Order: sequence, then C-alpha cells, then structure tokens
Amino acid sequence: MIRAAFSLISRDLKLAIRLGGGGGMAVFFFLVTVAIVPLGVGPDLNLLGRIAPGMLWVSLLLSNLLTLDRLFQSDYEDGSLDFLMTSGAPLVLVAGAKAFSHWLTTGLPLVIAAPLLGLLLNLAPGAMPMLMIAMLIGTPALSFLGAIGAALTVSVRRGGLLASLLVMPFYIPVLIFGVSAASAAVTAAPGDQGPRGLMLLGALTLASLVLAPVAAAAALRANVE
Amino acid sequence: MALNFHAYANPARFMMLSRRLVAPIAMIAGVLIALGVYLALWGSPPDYQQGDTVRIMYIHVPAAWLSLLCYTVMALASATALVFRHPLADVCAKSAAPIGASFTFLALVTGSLWGKPMWGTWWVWDARLTSVLILFFLYLGYLALWATIEEPVRAARAAAVLALVGFVNVPIIHYSVVWWNTLHQPASVFRIGGPTIAPSMLAPLLIMATGFTVMFVALLLLRMRAEILRRRVRSLRLAQAGFAGGGREA
Repeated sequence: MIRAAFSLISRDLKLAIRLGGGGGMAVFFFLVTVAIVPLGVGPDLNLLGRIAPGMLWVSLLLSNLLTLDRLFQSDYEDGSLDFLMTSGAPLVLVAGAKAFSHWLTTGLPLVIAAPLLGLLLNLAPGAMPMLMIAMLIGTPALSFLGAIGAALTVSVRRGGLLASLLVMPFYIPVLIFGVSAASAAVTAAPGDQGPRGLMLLGALTLASLVLAPVAAAAALRANVE
Repeated sequence: MALNFHAYANPARFMMLSRRLVAPIAMIAGVLIALGVYLALWGSPPDYQQGDTVRIMYIHVPAAWLSLLCYTVMALASATALVFRHPLADVCAKSAAPIGASFTFLALVTGSLWGKPMWGTWWVWDARLTSVLILFFLYLGYLALWATIEEPVRAARAAAVLALVGFVNVPIIHYSVVWWNTLHQPASVFRIGGPTIAPSMLAPLLIMATGFTVMFVALLLLRMRAEILRRRVRSLRLAQAGFAGGGREA
C-alpha cells in the first residue's frame, strides 16, 4: 500500500519534470504577481517592506490556486484516474499521494522562490527565515485543501476557476496564521505572536493532512462513477 | 415525534404532507413577523445611544442567526444524504442554500446600513463582518457547484461533500478571523450594545427571530416541493425523449 503511494508520487514527479508547465509556471506566475505589486502601490520601499509578507502570501495563494486543476483533471481526462480508482489501492491514499506530489511540484518550488521575491519587495532580511518556515509549514495545507476543490470539480469542464472559488474560503485561515507568523518577525512587536502563529499553522496543516484526503476521496467517488 | 426515519423518505408522502403544512406555517410566520415588526418599529423604545438606528437590529440579528442555522441544516442534510442516501436529504440541502445565502446577504446589507450612521463607514474589517462575508462566499461556492454539475445525482454528492467540509471549516475560519482582527486592533470599539439588553428590546428581537425561523421552514418546504417537481419534470422529459428516440429507431 505504501509502495503504491510511493510509485504514484514518483510517477507524478516524473510527469511534472518531463512534461513541464506545472511548478515552473506557478513560480513564474508568482514572480509576475509580485512584480506588479510595486507597480500598483508605488515604489515606496518602506511601504513595500511593510506589506511584503502579506503580498508574498497572497501571491503564493493565487499561484497555488492556479495549478489546482492539474491535480486530478489530466488523470481524469486520459482515464488513468479510473484506473487508479479500480486498482485496489484505497482512494484516500491515492488522493493523499496526489496532493503530496502536488505540494512537491508546486508548493515547494514556490517556497524556494519566495526569498528571492522578498528582495523585490524590500522584505527585511531578518524576516526571511521566519517567512520561509511559515510557508514551509503552511503550503502542504494549501495542496491538501486544494485537492478537495480539485476533486469536487474534476468532472466539470474547465473546473479550475470553480475550484479556486470553492477553495478560497478554506485558504483564509492559512493566510491569516501564515502572515501573522511572518509579519511578527517584520514588526518585531506586540507580544510573541510568531511561534503561536506557526503552531496554529502547523495544526491546520496536520488537520488537513488527515481530513482532506478523506473529503477528496469522497468527492472523487461522487464525480467519477 | 415518530422516529421512523425512512417513513418520510417517500417523496410522494412528503408532497402530500407538505402541501397541507406550508400554508399554516407560512401564516404563523406572517403573524409573528408582523407582530415583531410592529413591536420593533413602534412598540419598543429607541436606544439611548443609538436612537432609532437600533431598530435595524431587529432584522439584522435574526438574519445573522438564520444564516448560521441554514448552514447547519444544510450540513446535517448533506451528512444524511451521504451516509443514509435519504432521497429527500439532498433536496433539503439544496433548497436550504439559497435561503441561507439570502439571509446572509440580508445580514450583511443591514449591518452595513447600520454601520454607516454608527461607525461612519459602510464596511469595517471587523472580525464578525469578515467571517459573515466568508460564510456568504461558502454559500455562493455551494450554489455554484450545484449550478455547474449537470447531473443531479453527481451534483448532490459533490455538493454534500463541500457542505460538510465547509461546516468543519466555519469555526476554524471564524476563530482565525477573530484572532487576526484582535492582532491588528486589540481594542475593539465595535460592539453591539452592552452585555445586557433591555426586556423591551429583547421581546421584539425574540419574536422576530422566531418569525424568521418559521418563515425559513415555510420557504424550505416550498423550495423542496419545487425541487421535487422539477426533478419529476426532468425525468418525465428524459423518458419522453428516450421514448421518442426509441420509437424512431424501431
């Protein structure tokens, strides 16, 4: 069973690397959205530095949403999802493995790109490690929660937009705790909010690791039968 | 209460029962709301701080309560639909959603109308406002999912999963928003009234809330009836189309 999950993950990784267009596009989108922020709010470095953690998180969310339709859609279209569902491996495991490889191919590259983009927004260097840690802890929740939306809309033609709309409310707690952890490091002010934010973020991620595959599997069963 | 759950699973029996029930329930709702409106507008004193603006509350607070109640009904019905495959449960969940969305919208609009004279602005990113707004987004997403998946059986199951995930998330979202807000502005100035509310105001509020709840039941029954009829029409049309197609082949 674990072997099935591993082979599924390695298959998805190979597909992502050889076909391209997945994580790379998300990172590119991340770069573009971050780059238009100064054009929108003006080149004031102080202002940019203050809003940098929030803007980075928001852009990361959007880049992540953009890739959700890839999660199950292509497998649904070429029929390999049917095969996975009848293969005997528990569907919860399949959904979890797919979400995990989504994180490896989009969440992780986005986190790695974040510090570089932080430079563009004049993010305080001291805040960088905290932001990275918060993003590392938070992005798995994005992939797993996103898997629910992707599974719900898998049979909808061009379900990407709908999936984004469905998933966005579930991303809000991740955004809030992620930003609070990171911006506590920027302002280095009230109380010791950083670790508390990180802990809550970790709790969200752990809960979504457990619950989201169940919901995603139920959604897949509802859609494909 | 008779608790044979599946005795009410028969849509025909539901249609018979609901036809008799809708009119009286709607009438009770009408009487309660009329009484509540009278008490709210004429029968209760203006607030010593808020003046007559406080009367918005008699609509606003029940609407906000109902927005949560509708979501709860929707989630319970969805769970019933997923677990027991009760044929009326997904009809109930689907019918509750637009009503809940309307109540949420009403709560947002009345809150905004109240906020303009009281706070001097239509909208503040207060924790409560924000979480109600997100609840509204959840309703819209649910409705959008129903609207996009064409086949009712698929749509029902997908929407049920979404409603349940949303139900788990509502407290998390609410808690996170409260935390976010207190992080940004520790001293919340915006608090409706005090901890206590005068009996002269409590009575109309409770009457209105009961009236809204009864109205919700009446609307829910009406919408469920309409949905069942809609499905009948759909299956009749499909059967007709199939018959016509079969006839041509033969």
